[in-house]
Amino acid sequence: MTALVIAEHDNASIKGATFNTVTAAKACGGDVHVLVAGHNAGAAAAAAAQIAGVAKVIHADGAQLANGLAENVAAQVLAIAGNYSHILFPATASGKNVAPRVAAKLDVGQISDITKVDAADTFERPIYAGNAIATVQSTDATKVITVRTTGFDAAAATGGSAAVETVAAAADSGKSSFVGSELAKSDRPELTAAKIIVSGGRALGSSEKFNEVMTPLADKLGAAIGASRAAVDAGYAANDLQVGQTGKIVAPQLYIACGISGAIQHLAGMKDSKVIVAINKDPEAPIFSVADYGLEADLFTAVPELVAAL
Amino acid sequence: MKVLVAVKRVVDYNVKVRVKSDGTGVDIANVKMSMNPFDEIAVEEAVRLKEKGVVTEVIAVSCGVSQCQETLRTAMAIGADRAILVESADELQPLAVAKLLAALVAKEQPGLVILGKQAIDDDANQVGQMLAALTDLPQATFASKVEIAEGKATVTREIDGGLETLALSLPAVVTTDLRLNEPRYVTLPNIMKAKKKPLEIVTPAALGVDVAPRLKTVKVSEPAGRKAGIKVPDVATLVDKLKNEAKVI
Repeated sequence: MTALVIAEHDNASIKGATFNTVTAAKACGGDVHVLVAGHNAGAAAAAAAQIAGVAKVIHADGAQLANGLAENVAAQVLAIAGNYSHILFPATASGKNVAPRVAAKLDVGQISDITKVDAADTFERPIYAGNAIATVQSTDATKVITVRTTGFDAAAATGGSAAVETVAAAADSGKSSFVGSELAKSDRPELTAAKIIVSGGRALGSSEKFNEVMTPLADKLGAAIGASRAAVDAGYAANDLQVGQTGKIVAPQLYIACGISGAIQHLAGMKDSKVIVAINKDPEAPIFSVADYGLEADLFTAVPELVAAL
Repeated sequence: MKVLVAVKRVVDYNVKVRVKSDGTGVDIANVKMSMNPFDEIAVEEAVRLKEKGVVTEVIAVSCGVSQCQETLRTAMAIGADRAILVESADELQPLAVAKLLAALVAKEQPGLVILGKQAIDDDANQVGQMLAALTDLPQATFASKVEIAEGKATVTREIDGGLETLALSLPAVVTTDLRLNEPRYVTLPNIMKAKKKPLEIVTPAALGVDVAPRLKTVKVSEPAGRKAGIKVPDVATLVDKLKNEAKVI
């Protein structure tokens, strides 16, 4: 019984979500191998070999794997899938994109967003926006899984010494191609990996106010900035900052929700945070029902005061 | 070009579901049901493509119990031309739905299939990708912009760090993200017209698909509750609590 983890990387280094996925893979029992599929990704493969607990790294390199197209990455995984009992992806935009494609080709059900491994074939996962936890048992020979990274600790990035085995890259499907990307530039910690997150909602009123109020607080705390769907839809914040059922799922040490009412869909993305602080002027806002510390105040006065007091 | 749109009947997004006390599932008896919000966006996009003249026919498909007909009528009120219900009283998991849709894709030969990125009940986010795999079509998931021209779909996708754009050969499978469009409200005259549009009912057996579940639900439980918090009177107390009680800053 061996588990295969599909690494998320930018060809030079391994992205954080991969480390949590390795921990989930270890919990399935057996050895853990990591697949690094990319273009000129030797550095990423070498980094994967350092992860504690990884027995082998499989490195596939080809121009067709450069941008993580689902068709080509899935073909690469399928080329080696026969050797594995478990195939795990981080439940990130790219993992969710590829994993079901692999499962369908293997004719197995896929298990999404697991938060716990109960046994090699039994997993826990949240359903209905996190309002219920389902324990599911897979009857398939191969378990194809995406891993909610906030459900598992990160494996140590060093201490391992896995061998790197190079395999031939799968052929280009020819059906899709990468045109370009537009990545939001940020010097802040990555939202899903941040220890502290300050998050703003519709009450901020405009994108200028959002930046004016939230940025000093984030700077002071070394925090990442998040947003509710209302704030994103209104154009106050970029959509990759959205926290919730359909955005990012986060579980930082401290989550400060400013001017966020706390709809079910938003709570689904942050209610596993260790400490939740809510600043809202509506005493009835549902966010207060999950907040450890609630401050009933106008955020335009309370947040600057908070910045000054820190 | 024909477009196939898949829609799912789910518990309305505003309902806070309760877990059954025997742990067999969530209680959905007498709960308001609606079209999955991402599927509304999918239907809207298909109808807009038709209004632009890119698409000639929009077919809405749903798989599940007989009440899914209501969901299909809603899709037709938005502007779908006809509907197909794959009727089954059994639990349909994403792989089974993908196989049913693949059988319909083989039959109807659409130029494009649009689905929502995930259903808000099982939160699986799988069917679109699985359908693309089973039909060997290219996929663009989490779409925030779709353009069809010269036999190609150019799709902008929401990814973790921002946006990326892909070009797909047609036919292709696209799944919608929240910001693809704002679905229109259905009007009473359109609801009346939708009642007259054709709705075909087929069974999984007629499509030759085995829908046996692959995952067994052992139990469904309540998530661990958070212990009650406190309200603090001012910022100074908040900072003090965070520093000395919670020790997070």
